[in-house]
Amino acid sequence: MSKRLYLYLSAFILTSFSSLSAKDSNTKEYESTGDLKSEIKAYILHHLQDSHDFNLLSYKDKTTNEKVYIGMPLPVILWDNGLKMFSSSMLKHGKNVVQKGDNYYKLYHGKIYRTDAQGTITYDDHHHPTNFKPIDFSITKNVISILLTALLMFVLFRGLAQSYHKNGMIAKGVGRFFEPIVLYVRDEIAIPNIGEKHHRRFMGYLLTLFFFIWFLNLLGLTPLGINVTGNIAITFCLALITFFITNFVGKKYYWKHIFWMPGVPWAMKIILAPIELLGLIIKPFSLMIRLYANISAGHIVLMSLIALIFIFKNWIGSSLSFVLAFSISIIEILVALLQAYIFTVLSALYFGFAVEEHDENDDH
Amino acid sequence: MEKLINEFSFGLFFWQSLIFIGLILLLRKFAWKPILDAVNKRETSIKDAMNAAEEAKKEMASIQEDNQKVLKEARAERESLLKEARSNGADIVAQAKAEAKAEADKIFAQAQESIQNEKRAALTELKNQVAQISLDIAEKVIDSELESKEKQSKLVNQLIKDTSL
Repeated sequence: MSKRLYLYLSAFILTSFSSLSAKDSNTKEYESTGDLKSEIKAYILHHLQDSHDFNLLSYKDKTTNEKVYIGMPLPVILWDNGLKMFSSSMLKHGKNVVQKGDNYYKLYHGKIYRTDAQGTITYDDHHHPTNFKPIDFSITKNVISILLTALLMFVLFRGLAQSYHKNGMIAKGVGRFFEPIVLYVRDEIAIPNIGEKHHRRFMGYLLTLFFFIWFLNLLGLTPLGINVTGNIAITFCLALITFFITNFVGKKYYWKHIFWMPGVPWAMKIILAPIELLGLIIKPFSLMIRLYANISAGHIVLMSLIALIFIFKNWIGSSLSFVLAFSISIIEILVALLQAYIFTVLSALYFGFAVEEHDENDDH
Repeated sequence: MEKLINEFSFGLFFWQSLIFIGLILLLRKFAWKPILDAVNKRETSIKDAMNAAEEAKKEMASIQEDNQKVLKEARAERESLLKEARSNGADIVAQAKAEAKAEADKIFAQAQESIQNEKRAALTELKNQVAQISLDIAEKVIDSELESKEKQSKLVNQLIKDTSL
């Protein structure tokens, strides 16, 4: 137990240190480019995106004047008429062209394109690359983060589940902290929205969803520079699962409400049907955008405020930015929980609509 | 919107779906089900224990009430028993007295009767003895009287004289 705590603590200290160095690298880049503001903007945008490497920090070597990255490379997996695999270190952050079979690949703005041997990228009028983009199944930074979170959740909640048997029905260990939260999800999210009768079969999804979003949101606030839940593919996947579950478990009453709304005049029924049908899509769509936008915005605001410290470069402005960044950090911890809660509550609410049962005589 | 679509990475979506669905299935089997089962079991056992305690309390109260009732009844019964015993005793005494008196009367009557009988028997015997003695005397007198002729005739005369018809 204490050993595990020590492990967590050392991991935390290590990551804090790396973040300090990351900020340091910011200033060094500034010295060479001269345009700090656009540099910061690029840095923030780059941070929001997924990455093919797991970098903790980067800096510019003074003697060779080359950017040095500290972190670990991740496997790149492409599907381009067959599986192509290589280490992301071969891409050298876009500076290198990788030959695999007869094809050449190059990293450009976080995406891998098929190029010729020289790595030429052709552009259209809007400065978008027109090169062929193979389907990218790479184990990126976000995939690694998801895997680690999944592993952490499994270990944590498996431990909690086992502690009941070992300790006579009373939770023990780290998992004990999460027992009230599990009960909260059951008693305050699932049962009021879905109902006592049906809630049990949605518990697995709702609990996994809640902790998955919460943990990844929190992970995004660590100095590791991970932004998983602020990624549209992630929120799209989560919203899609909610959408599928809602419509697969949907009962007669639910579908009747969509296609032939009871209790309204005949003409209204025809007008309401397409609106309700659109609502089917809008509900999960709003889930997707809400989580994505909230987390992305949080990251942008937080990073901008931290960047302000380096822009001001004086005692008053920088300390003010620090206080602001600090307050926003604390708010972001709350937002991390809040967004997980909202996503779970709304999912539960939609499941509740889907499994709702009513008397035939009742006109609601 | 275009930016969002541009940002969308199919690979990330693929891995996310794979890992997340796998995580749901794994956690459901190995974590959520045992956790919720254990919690439910605990909750029911607590509820049961509370109910049992409440029940026991009620039972205790009813037992006490019963005890009070039984005690009261016992007291009343004792009272009535004592009362009955008292009246019974008086009755018994009275009856015994009456019986004793009757018995005494009977014994007295019997004694009187037997005295009468004895008396009668004694009288009869006395009469018989007197008669015997009279006869003996008479015999002796007659014997002596009839020793002489003169005396005989005197007696006959006397007897004839006595026997006045």
